[in-house]
Amino acid sequence: MPRTIVPIGPYHPLQEEPEFFILTVEGETVVDIDLQIGYNHRGIEKLSERKTYDQVTFVVERVCGICSTSHPFAYTQAVEDLISVEAPPRAKFIRTIIAEGERLHSHLLWLGLAGHFLGYNTIFMWAWKLREEILDVMEILSGNRNNYAMFKVGGVWRDIQAQDIPQVLKKIESIIPTLEKLKKAVIDDPVLHARTKGIGILSKEAAIDYGAVGPTARASGVDRDIRKNCPYGAYDQIDWDMIVTQNGDVFDKVVIRINEMFESIKIIQQCLARLPQGPIDCVIKDIPPGEGIGHIEAPRGECFHYVRSDGTNRPVRHKIRAPTFMNLPTFKETVIGGTISDAAIVLAAIDPCYCCTERMAVRNRKGQTLWTGEDLIRLSQEKTAQIKTQMGQS
Amino acid sequence: MIYLLYLFIFGFLLTGIIGLFASWIDRKLTARIQYRVGPPLLQPLNDILKLLGKETLIPSGAAQYTFLAAPLIGLVSVMVVSTILWVNNMNPQQTFIGDLIVVVYLLLVPSLSVIIGGFASGNPLASLGASREMKLILSYELPFILAILVPVIHSGLSIRLGDIMATQAQYGIIAFSWSGGLALVIAVLCMQAKLAFVPFDMPEAETEIAHGVLIEYSGTLLAVYRLTKHMLLFALPFFIIMLYLGGIRGNGLHLLYGTLEYVGLVALLSVIRNTNPRLRMDQVVRFFWGPMTILATIAVLLALGSY
Repeated sequence: MPRTIVPIGPYHPLQEEPEFFILTVEGETVVDIDLQIGYNHRGIEKLSERKTYDQVTFVVERVCGICSTSHPFAYTQAVEDLISVEAPPRAKFIRTIIAEGERLHSHLLWLGLAGHFLGYNTIFMWAWKLREEILDVMEILSGNRNNYAMFKVGGVWRDIQAQDIPQVLKKIESIIPTLEKLKKAVIDDPVLHARTKGIGILSKEAAIDYGAVGPTARASGVDRDIRKNCPYGAYDQIDWDMIVTQNGDVFDKVVIRINEMFESIKIIQQCLARLPQGPIDCVIKDIPPGEGIGHIEAPRGECFHYVRSDGTNRPVRHKIRAPTFMNLPTFKETVIGGTISDAAIVLAAIDPCYCCTERMAVRNRKGQTLWTGEDLIRLSQEKTAQIKTQMGQS
Repeated sequence: MIYLLYLFIFGFLLTGIIGLFASWIDRKLTARIQYRVGPPLLQPLNDILKLLGKETLIPSGAAQYTFLAAPLIGLVSVMVVSTILWVNNMNPQQTFIGDLIVVVYLLLVPSLSVIIGGFASGNPLASLGASREMKLILSYELPFILAILVPVIHSGLSIRLGDIMATQAQYGIIAFSWSGGLALVIAVLCMQAKLAFVPFDMPEAETEIAHGVLIEYSGTLLAVYRLTKHMLLFALPFFIIMLYLGGIRGNGLHLLYGTLEYVGLVALLSVIRNTNPRLRMDQVVRFFWGPMTILATIAVLLALGSY
């Protein structure tokens, strides 16, 4: 059968970010997939080498609008690991509340988009309407809807006021019935079953081999959650369950995310009820030479930050590994063999976030001239000389 | 001359206006289901007018004349269908024998025009959409024709729309019999597929193949496609009302009932569209060739039994 190439991207209504999937298809069956990213590269790692440790928290917050808590959280953990301090208990609880709020709105965003990818725009609108409630909660807590600016090396910037807590609890509780309704609409829909069950299966072995993280791995039966395996924040003091399902198809990824939202609500409620008294940050005098790592469970999986210091007020090296980086290769397992119609939802099922992933892009530049700074200056001077002679002639 | 006038006034103007209104009902209802406000009444018209003023691009790889002609073929066929339906409805005795078959054929042409346009545009996604549209036609056409057979049998094997309506005026509407009700359900689902609405919108699936067949169309040509679709939103429910619900007669209470039936059918399409995800191509083929064809055959057998 003749093979054709179906491009998804770089600009395509399927996903909001610029990315380029090259699907090789026979008829409607996908036989190969290739992926190109790098359209969105902003050099954040390099940028953070020019900022002070406190400024970097705000830089990494802008890695991605949806993961605007995961990155500062992991970064502050890394710096705290580097200087061996621990945030005070109250700060840990506040961090946990903000992180779970982010997970709630991120999962709702994904659920809406997944509906949209399947042509089910009602789910899209419902989920995003519900997400507004959570953004309201976050606005009460942090003053912002998306980039919360709460994190600080050694603590948090802003305290949760006691008079806000009843209002937040009430709003969180009011979300539950709507979420239940949405869960019913999604999990009990036979047509949705037809579209998502048994589609894009990632086996447990493949999930481990590819190093998949987060809901993508947990849907395949890999019980890996940084919040449980390597507790940070207040997660070890809170009662909550890790959600794991066994089938690894798109439907299980939906189920995982929906059930995780209920767990997040549980965590936020407990944290607010048991918020300890005390300071919200600790004083940090200076940063010694050395290196530190921080990893947390972002909505999409493990988010990993590495920071190296030489004793000055700026990091010498800052490395970010976003969860999507680990989950992207699983497309080789899940997309190939399915149809193009399924490819759309399977590509979306890992909840990809390309602006998180695009820390560095390496392109095969074989056969192309590589210009250095000196070359460019020389070229520019030659061009100027050329223009001068032209203008002299005319 | 009088027929040209019919074609313009009924086939184009009236159908267009009602079609735009139906599309507004669909959009408004969709918005209300999704907790949105929805567009104002004239929005569908404004959309078309805006598109008419936009530049029309013809891709360099396209077969030019086919690409330009395809939308017009669809529009003209809907105009002719609507004219036949209107004339039939106003004066059931004036039409020719076999107009039912002509209508069924002409209702297929807009889908064919989409296929022609999709292949002519020379875009891989458009070809993919066109091939999906082709599979879609192959799947829904069989149960659709079986469902249409039911009123034909009820009216004493007449293939004249006028006779079918006269039978219903005399003996009550066909949808109230077992076979008629079953056939109506099947016809409504086939109509959903003919209009390429969710769950059968694979040819245009926005998030999969970026509007597929229409990907290269812009400006006036896209406006013509949109208008064709709005007009189909009039012609198809109207055709089904004539076949199963006795048509819309122009006197008092009947007119009210007819209008309500029409609005109800459009609302039903809209509700189905908003409570389902898009199906996959193989699932659609299985759905129409399996359960739908079997049910349609049962409906035909029931109709034959009572005949």
